[in-house]
Amino acid sequence: MANPMKIRATNKDGITEIKILMNHEMETGQRKDASGNLIPAWFINEVNVDLNGKSVLKAEWGPSVSKNPYMAFKVKGGKAGDKVVCTWTDNKGDKRTDEATVS
Amino acid sequence: MMTFKKKTTVVLSLLAAMTAGSVLAAPPALPKDGSWGSGAGDANFDTMMQSGFQSKGIATTERLKQDPTQKLCSNPTTIYSAKNTALREKLQGENEASIKYPSNGNWLGNWKNGEKIAQSGKGLTWSDKAGEANGGNCYNCHQITKEELAYGTIGPSLYNYGKLRGNSEETIRYTWGKIFNAKATNICSLMPRAGAMGVLNEDQIRDLMALLLDPESPVNK
Amino acid sequence: MRAPHIKASLFVVIALAFSVSSQAQQDSTSAGIEAYREALQDGNPADLYVDSGAEIWKKKAGPKEASLEKCDLGLGPGKVKGAYAQLPRYFKDTNKVQDLESRLLTCMEKLQGVDTTEIVKAAFSSPKKADLVALSAYISAESKGMKVKVSLAHPKERQMYDLGRRLFYYEAGPYDFACATCHGQDGKRIRLQDLPYIPSAEGAAKGWTTWPAYRVSSGQMWSMQWRINDCFRQQRFPEPIYASDVTVAISSFMAGNSNGSVMQTPGIKR
Repeated sequence: MANPMKIRATNKDGITEIKILMNHEMETGQRKDASGNLIPAWFINEVNVDLNGKSVLKAEWGPSVSKNPYMAFKVKGGKAGDKVVCTWTDNKGDKRTDEATVS
Repeated sequence: MMTFKKKTTVVLSLLAAMTAGSVLAAPPALPKDGSWGSGAGDANFDTMMQSGFQSKGIATTERLKQDPTQKLCSNPTTIYSAKNTALREKLQGENEASIKYPSNGNWLGNWKNGEKIAQSGKGLTWSDKAGEANGGNCYNCHQITKEELAYGTIGPSLYNYGKLRGNSEETIRYTWGKIFNAKATNICSLMPRAGAMGVLNEDQIRDLMALLLDPESPVNK
Repeated sequence: MRAPHIKASLFVVIALAFSVSSQAQQDSTSAGIEAYREALQDGNPADLYVDSGAEIWKKKAGPKEASLEKCDLGLGPGKVKGAYAQLPRYFKDTNKVQDLESRLLTCMEKLQGVDTTEIVKAAFSSPKKADLVALSAYISAESKGMKVKVSLAHPKERQMYDLGRRLFYYEAGPYDFACATCHGQDGKRIRLQDLPYIPSAEGAAKGWTTWPAYRVSSGQMWSMQWRINDCFRQQRFPEPIYASDVTVAISSFMAGNSNGSVMQTPGIKR
């Protein structure tokens, strides 16, 4: 599996805030290496975040998202102790899933 | 009179409040005699420099050898001491003598090229290739056109340079000299000696001159 | 007697108003950059390198198949918490002043039996240096929130500081640049990058407490040795040798000036 991501989730006044830092090169496919050859595109194209088993965010990304993507968003509901599970898939078919507990 | 006194009190207490936040201890002061501390004399310093650097690309260890101007300007305690008055004058004269004015009598070039040269910071690092044209680095330190917001403040603003000074022979000659060797008029100027050190050639200096002095240049609009 | 006082206060008010309005355009650009930099603070990719460094610290490596867990960073073998805030410092076993990366090389040689010659020569962006960069991120994170406490008491520590200070002002090369050219004045910037005044405690602290850092513009984690290396490159100097006294001296100068400030490492930069 690819490199782990860091997930932090906190609940306050009925709102759960989820922050995810993903570890990925996110190559656009347009950069050239020192010899002038194109570096092949390699980027996360699908993201799914579950809160307590229910999908609360689905994303389709393209080459415009930069290296080591960081995402923060708020969800109505949830409580401390809930499980956050994030899965991403990239254009090479590589996948990564990590989870965290809402504090 | 009463009103004025109240204002002074208010200003003074504001100043006191503003300066109260600093809690870090002041660093050790430099020795007043211009030395660097007992362990940092010439022998130890030279040993450190020789064993600590390596040539890479076009940046060789030869560059560590200082000319007399660099040596004078490397000691903040003694640059402006009375003892160095004669030396300062001598070196300023030598820097002035190094200025080569235009070989073909043309002082102004193309301001559009000048803007490109001013924007470019390329050249002379160990990751640059030999033989490529160097940039002037100008925007790193100076405001130049009004449009370019990404400018530095190490040097004064050059916006409206020509508009404010006109284009007398004296101004043109002075400006050329500043770009060629800024240390001719200010011995420890922070500005690189673009002409004297071979960073920029005559054509490039002409283009920078146009950027500053051509009435059509955006600098003077 | 009243008139001169009124004139003086009026002059001050007008002068202030003038400086505020001419600053307005410049401030809105700087303010925008500042807001962007603040937003960067959340979700620092340096955290990914911190995790990686923590694993490398525990990993068995080298001919001696040993981890770095017994490495003495100044607070005793294996004690990582708080160590970065007290570096550079004098070490008895090597009889010299060392910064973090110099000390890590010592531990890799002594504990793991690694020949560090190739690592020292390798480019910062190469895999050979990657472990050192990740370890820098991890070890600096273990000093986050702690006060810089760098001793200048040992004669060699004071000497390293003094040598670093002399080097800070040393002008050379085709641009006549010294560190002081950019960092020797207060309140200046290069392009839109503010330049801390390093001879002052506050200025030195701005730099010293925020590197190692993740650089967003290049997507790279930079250790302090890397930062110093690139400064010399832009000064048009020859290259400083990795972990040489030249590099330790400059760090000693900055760290020595920063005493009492709070470590915020690892940082994040544009």
